[in-house]
Amino acid sequence: MMELFGDPATWLPFAFAALMGAAILTYVILDGFDLGVGLLFPFATPAERDRMVASIGPFWDANETWLVLAIGILLVAFPVAHGVILTALYLPVAVLLVGLIARGVAFEFRVKAPTRHRGAWNRAFYGGSLAASLAQGFMLGLYVTGLQLGWANIAFAALTAVCLTVGFSFIGAVWLIGKTEGDLQLKAIHWARRGIWGMIAGIGAVSAATPLVSGRIWDRWFSFPEVVLLSPLPVISVLLVVLLWRILQRMPFENDRWAWAPFSISTVLFVMAFGGLAYSFYPYVVPEQITIYEAAAAPESLIIILVGALFVLPIIIGYSILAYTVFRGKATELSYY
Amino acid sequence: MDPLILSRIQFAANISFHILFPTITIALGWVLLFFKLRFNRSGEEKWMDAYRFWVKVFALSFALGVVSGIVMSFQFGTNWPGFMEVVGNVAGPLLAYEILTAFFLEAAFLGIMLFGFRRVPGWLHTTATALVAIGTTLSAFWILVLNSWMHTPAGYELRDGIVHATDWFAIVFNPSMPYRLVHMLLASGLTVAFLIAGFSALRWLWGDRGAEVRATLRFGAWMGALLIPLQILAGDMHGLNTLEHQPAKVAAMEGNWETQSNVPLVLFALPDEAARENRFEIAVPGMASFILTHDFAGEVPGLNDFVAEDGTRLHPPVAPVFFAFRLMVGIGMAMLALSWSALWLMRKKRGGVEGLPKPWIYAFVGMAFSGWVATLAGWYVTEIGRQPWLVSGVLTTADALGPISGGMVASTLAAYLAVYAFLLAAYLGTLTYMARRAARHDGTSPQIPKPDAGVRVLQPAE
Repeated sequence: MMELFGDPATWLPFAFAALMGAAILTYVILDGFDLGVGLLFPFATPAERDRMVASIGPFWDANETWLVLAIGILLVAFPVAHGVILTALYLPVAVLLVGLIARGVAFEFRVKAPTRHRGAWNRAFYGGSLAASLAQGFMLGLYVTGLQLGWANIAFAALTAVCLTVGFSFIGAVWLIGKTEGDLQLKAIHWARRGIWGMIAGIGAVSAATPLVSGRIWDRWFSFPEVVLLSPLPVISVLLVVLLWRILQRMPFENDRWAWAPFSISTVLFVMAFGGLAYSFYPYVVPEQITIYEAAAAPESLIIILVGALFVLPIIIGYSILAYTVFRGKATELSYY
Repeated sequence: MDPLILSRIQFAANISFHILFPTITIALGWVLLFFKLRFNRSGEEKWMDAYRFWVKVFALSFALGVVSGIVMSFQFGTNWPGFMEVVGNVAGPLLAYEILTAFFLEAAFLGIMLFGFRRVPGWLHTTATALVAIGTTLSAFWILVLNSWMHTPAGYELRDGIVHATDWFAIVFNPSMPYRLVHMLLASGLTVAFLIAGFSALRWLWGDRGAEVRATLRFGAWMGALLIPLQILAGDMHGLNTLEHQPAKVAAMEGNWETQSNVPLVLFALPDEAARENRFEIAVPGMASFILTHDFAGEVPGLNDFVAEDGTRLHPPVAPVFFAFRLMVGIGMAMLALSWSALWLMRKKRGGVEGLPKPWIYAFVGMAFSGWVATLAGWYVTEIGRQPWLVSGVLTTADALGPISGGMVASTLAAYLAVYAFLLAAYLGTLTYMARRAARHDGTSPQIPKPDAGVRVLQPAE
């Protein structure tokens, strides 16, 4: 069956690149909102914090599993690239991991440890979310500028670190608009109005920087007829940002109508920005150095994984939907019984 | 600073910290299912109380396992890129199957298991509990397949120095896999048995005389008593399997330098690798030969067989393997003695837990984390025992190291060690605090918020 679609050494790496892209995108959106909720912690009252945690409690663990899947695919499908990327990003990866550890355990400890320690665990939850978001943004910046360590690259990475962090706090805020009501929802709307600029700046900065990284990427966007065919992407993005901004200005609506609109539109924006990035870098997995075809593992190993993935992924999506359905609606108190 | 030794310490620290928590969650998932089913069938509140207490321990342990596991998945790339470059064609699919079949299953149903009790029908909650238990066990299966393959590789061929899979059945069911998997699953069961008995004994000492604490103390003692003979049998078979496939490791475990018959069982010694002999040896004549070959005159391989002509050592470092093995076996014997004597006392006096003398209660408290120590000691035996190889006969640990500087590894190692030490203290402190609170309330009956009309009561995610 491997020859069914032509040369397996061609289509298998492509299939895995697509899978990995889907996993990274899913991770960024899903963990984006729960990291964002952590980032908004300092601005909330203690009672609101409990409600905010309740809005992500049943989901965060599964959300982080998408990161493990994305790194797993990079590891198993593109082993050479995995080593190159992660040794280049050694220190930001360590910051990311310590951040994820801190917020993951703070989640549990803040309600199980003695009450007098709760403040400290809340700070760990916030600090961990902040460290993880900054590290992810920093890695994004280093990656799109080709994993080189010059001052310009580091400065750009620092910029994307701040932008992605504000972007995550924005997507956390629009998640809370959907999941909460009353005063907390009003606060979330306020947070979202503030945070939207971070998202715009982040997407704008990365979009502006990537074509400058190499002539190849420049040509992919700005030669004819690509420049015409691709023009809907930025145009639609701008229209969506305007729509999002107007909705946020007028919120809340009567009867909680449109409560999920900001989250949905933001998701579409993230998807489009990510699609643009993927288009820019294809076929490279290490920018301008190693293509997905050069980095791919042996076809007979990849096919084994692909068969399993195609069988299991629909099931995973199925029970993820079940979990989100069980805990749909406004966040209420979380209890074990 | 040598990046190799620092990276090894870092990986050992990470994986040692990580394995503590799966060791608890693998078996505790099944124990929770047992509590839930007992409650479903009998309607006795004590089983639901036990479920409520231990599901919190499960949630906490699971979170620590998840975050430390994410660290592991990155460390392959940051410190050991040579591993995936050489054996990625085998290791990759196994890790991928672990993520796809186990991680998502656990993560998705954990939410329903923890927070869904009043949101979903009873059968779905029980099913979610079962699926989480299946997920943790599946995860153990895949990771032990990979680990066993690193010890006893099979079903592959080398092309240009890169491993290519030729027979997936042989890879999955490689020679040491069944033994290692059973040994680890039983280790998890014993860890949980003594953890449950230990914390129940602690609550008993603090004056908790509720039905729940009686039930769980008896349950822990029974579980330990049933599993420990099986573990001794499984450990013996695993040892024989190791003798067949990794004789140098067994020689180090036994502290045996010369290949010979009538090898004594060394109870204690200080192995001296420079002089290549044991100091202060206390030994039982012929016993090692008998255990390993089931014949007092049987021949047992010695460490001196694994030294190259030029004097290069081809066997693992002796002292850590030798001592870790004795620690593991010693704890196993203590588990056997404590659990069986406790059952006998509880039966003889007919008083249940009341029949246990004070020293037995203290012993259970003292042994609460003995499973952790034994499991770590066992892993040190098998992993240090594989050195200098990362994958036996295929790839050495030194060759897998990435191009990183010692200073960089030292800084992250210091950070990880500090975080892990802190988290371990917080974990132990919180478990103790939860037990004290449960003991004070004499049971863990929940304070279910009264459903006031229109007002949603907010409770912390306890």
